[in-house]
Amino acid sequence: MPRISRITGRALPMRGNDIDTDRIIPARFLRSITFDGMEQHVFEDDRKSAGGPYNRHPFDVKHFQGAAVLLVNSNFGCGSSREHAPQALMRWGIQVIVGESFPEIFFGNSGMIGMPCVTAAPADVAALMDLAERAPATEFAVDLVAGTCRAGQLTVPVSLPPKMREAFTSGAWDTTGMLLDRFDEVREAANRLPYVTGQALS
Amino acid sequence: MGETLLKKVWDLHTVRQLPTGQTQLFIGLHLVHEVTSPQAFDTLRANGWTVPFLDRTFATVDHIVPTLERKRPFLDVMAEDMMASLERNVRDFGIRFVGLDDIRQGIVHVIGPELGLTQPGMTIACGDSHTSTHGAFGSVAFGIGTSQVRDVLASQCLALEPLKVRRIRVTGTLSKGVYAKDVILAIIQRLGVQGGNGYAYEYAGDAVDRMSMDERMTICNMSIEGGARVGYVNPDDTTVNYVRGRPYAPPPDQFDRMAAWWKSMASDVNAVYDDEVEIKAADLTPIVTWGVNPGQSIGVDDRVPDPASTSDPKAVTDALGYMGLTPGQSLEGMKVDVAFIGSCTNSRLSDLREAARIVKGRHVAPHVKGLVVPGSSTIAKAAEDEGLADVFREAGFEWRGAGCSMCLGMNPDKLEGNQVCASSSNRNFKGRQGSPTGRTLLMSPAMVAAAAVAGEVTDVRELL
Repeated sequence: MPRISRITGRALPMRGNDIDTDRIIPARFLRSITFDGMEQHVFEDDRKSAGGPYNRHPFDVKHFQGAAVLLVNSNFGCGSSREHAPQALMRWGIQVIVGESFPEIFFGNSGMIGMPCVTAAPADVAALMDLAERAPATEFAVDLVAGTCRAGQLTVPVSLPPKMREAFTSGAWDTTGMLLDRFDEVREAANRLPYVTGQALS
Repeated sequence: MGETLLKKVWDLHTVRQLPTGQTQLFIGLHLVHEVTSPQAFDTLRANGWTVPFLDRTFATVDHIVPTLERKRPFLDVMAEDMMASLERNVRDFGIRFVGLDDIRQGIVHVIGPELGLTQPGMTIACGDSHTSTHGAFGSVAFGIGTSQVRDVLASQCLALEPLKVRRIRVTGTLSKGVYAKDVILAIIQRLGVQGGNGYAYEYAGDAVDRMSMDERMTICNMSIEGGARVGYVNPDDTTVNYVRGRPYAPPPDQFDRMAAWWKSMASDVNAVYDDEVEIKAADLTPIVTWGVNPGQSIGVDDRVPDPASTSDPKAVTDALGYMGLTPGQSLEGMKVDVAFIGSCTNSRLSDLREAARIVKGRHVAPHVKGLVVPGSSTIAKAAEDEGLADVFREAGFEWRGAGCSMCLGMNPDKLEGNQVCASSSNRNFKGRQGSPTGRTLLMSPAMVAAAAVAGEVTDVRELL
């Protein structure tokens, strides 16, 4: 797998806590047997609805087009386990998400497709969002090795579980490969299970 | 020091520690459905992989199923495409499958338990976040995404981070008109929609001990709405008696030994938890959500919050605005357009019985569209046999075929415009029920039945 250690690009701030995957990609777009074209429907209903917390949805703001770094608040991606959500974001162009916190399923789904979710302190996320809104042309650099997000004069710490970080930076994040690697051990594990063998442990 | 069920099941299923710091966990049961699997099967094909544990894999169709006209091909060509794709995949890979013409078909989280596939002490995975439902049996059940579906198909394993355990003890007795649904909504209200991130929720206490499996499934089902990917109840006699005799239950000559093993997997009395919470059952009232996440709820006789008095005024203002509510308003008397009884949370026979008890001899309000969607074709048949379907039809409800229906807007059952739906489902996210401006009020099936006949949100306790 490709090594993922440093991601650079402009940033897109998507404010709000508890943004769920139904909002990221409404269920009707899951009626497909591929992920092709998912990016066309990112936040579709939010973007079409009048009003809301924005005059214009961040994904429609001209300056944010082509952004690679998504900035979010807490619990981004909660709800449904649909991988279509991180797929849609990644296919739109997002390569890394910096946020206050992530629910496990979304965090895992994003990592599985090579789009790391890294966490930062709420005050730091706020500062990054302010900067991206004030100066949208600013180049952001998320460095997984250094554990930092740099933008303009700003450098804030970002974190990822250490071994997960190693996996991304060394290109060893192919889970299927790892899980199939020592398959005899999988068979051994299965043969320890009473409901597989039919033999209850005493 | 004692161990929790989570630790026992986790350790027993551990294959090895991975270089990523994750645990490679063997999955005892993989449930597959049409939405999250097609891309996974494609990857298997592209790599020439097979499914090595076919006897631990089971597929059905639920999300896209039309509940009115199930004839093939479906009118929705995209749904037909997904259905045909699943049929091809299960045939090519040799996976057991129950399709629409099979009485065993239904919502994956309803039929797993119903068929006896779901058993205590197992690890279970399914490409759906409500997989936590199966934890009601004392299994450890994970909702997963498509890449993980691929992993389980190809290796029967998942790479996972360890979880902490929070024990939530529900003590005392629930009042009349207060149900398992109200218990889980109260838990989410108290601990928040993020409160369970990083945790498995163990539901315990005498109120849970007395609950039926249907009720325990309702509670475990919505663990994910509280942020907990996994929720479970320790197996006991209620669990054992439910599983006994089901099609995939252990055969009679092995059953008692397996049942003894199941019970041995329960958390030890001296188990140590990472956190403990107590909920007093007697304090609970029927709960209704007022906002756009399942934590935004109040007791039916309370009032919706004033944003100024909350920790996130902007989010509360936004939610109230979306729902068309004003701060301090009561929900009682709020007009509803649709009443939906169904979903993997509340579509089981006991849910239908309780709702039917309320609508019997009454009629759905003229302006309300009432929908009853049983969780499985087996439940539909049982409900028809005992006359429940007639009760609903006579009261003016539509009686439909089994499926996910109006829970999520992937099939023809959808809200229109900004309709308000009293719903026994699990999510009130913006647009969740298929209309981008649709409004969902989550509540127990009995409360939905009450709202249907009153035409507005009403306290079911007054109808009992």
